[in-house]
Amino acid sequence: MDGVRVIEIKKSIFADNNEDADALRSELKRRGTYLLNLMSSPGSGKTTTLIKTINLIKDKIRISVMEADIDSDVDALKIKEATGIDSIQLHTGGMCHLDAEMTRQGLDNLPLEGVDLVILENVGNLVCPAEFDTGAVRNAMILSVPEGHDKPLKYPLMFSVCDLVIVNKIDVMPYFDFDMAKCEEYVHMRNPKARIIPICAKTGEGVEKVAGWLLEEVNNWKNK
Amino acid sequence: MHELGIVFYIIRDVKKAAEENNVEHVSEVVMNIGEVSTVVPKYLKDCWRWAADKEDVLRGCELIVNKIPAVTWCDSCKCEYSTVKYGKTCPACGSGETWLLRGNEVEIKEIHT
Repeated sequence: MDGVRVIEIKKSIFADNNEDADALRSELKRRGTYLLNLMSSPGSGKTTTLIKTINLIKDKIRISVMEADIDSDVDALKIKEATGIDSIQLHTGGMCHLDAEMTRQGLDNLPLEGVDLVILENVGNLVCPAEFDTGAVRNAMILSVPEGHDKPLKYPLMFSVCDLVIVNKIDVMPYFDFDMAKCEEYVHMRNPKARIIPICAKTGEGVEKVAGWLLEEVNNWKNK
Repeated sequence: MHELGIVFYIIRDVKKAAEENNVEHVSEVVMNIGEVSTVVPKYLKDCWRWAADKEDVLRGCELIVNKIPAVTWCDSCKCEYSTVKYGKTCPACGSGETWLLRGNEVEIKEIHT
């Protein structure tokens, strides 16, 4: 054997994942289960926001949560204790994101019968999770005030894939140079259709708007 | 960390292609990496060395990176411009009605055996 053989591939490395994600979405559509992929930086308040939101709607729809982290199960336990709903912890084994296959494995470990909404709390990171379609119906992200209003400029992909941007910790606005108008301008530069909801997860301010958005989304998914 | 995840995807696809083509050892993998794909070629190569050497079919295999310059199209004045230099706003007419033509690629171009 001599000489080099060249095999042309010309394929995006995300292609297989995108196919897996589409298959997962169709399956969820058949079941009538809505999957939300929630992303953010570490420490933006994902878990607290989830607890407050879930407590507002858990009597209306059946919800489960999947917590993805590199290690530990503190988030899954916290959700279970504070809301009483089913919650499991996924470990990514060092990976900085979840892909469609990992999401499917997580869903296989949840009792899905009769569940209307599954929320996937992705690994805290603004880069990698945006690149991998998890199979979710919608992507949402939380941007907290201390992170600054210029995040959409620095992490363009994250903001262009999100349908909902929750601006959290608005109670500390007086202490930071956070410009809400600029933030909205930058988000809409990346995604003109993105909905922006300012909240304070700690006091509960604005959380009812997030809950309302979710209920409407779940309803549309089941009925359209 | 981000590049390592990408490397695992490349390895999965290359192993699949090698199997389909009855290839025992791959000597080179050529990637097209876009300028605004958020993949850093140097880190990608470092992660590649570490991970590829753990696979029999890829031991010692070189990763070659073709960089693809990012180009944006302006829908208002129908022109192309450099994405990295000017970003989302068209330098010719100031419009924001622009989108990326290329530069977002993370694709395996070919493998050499």
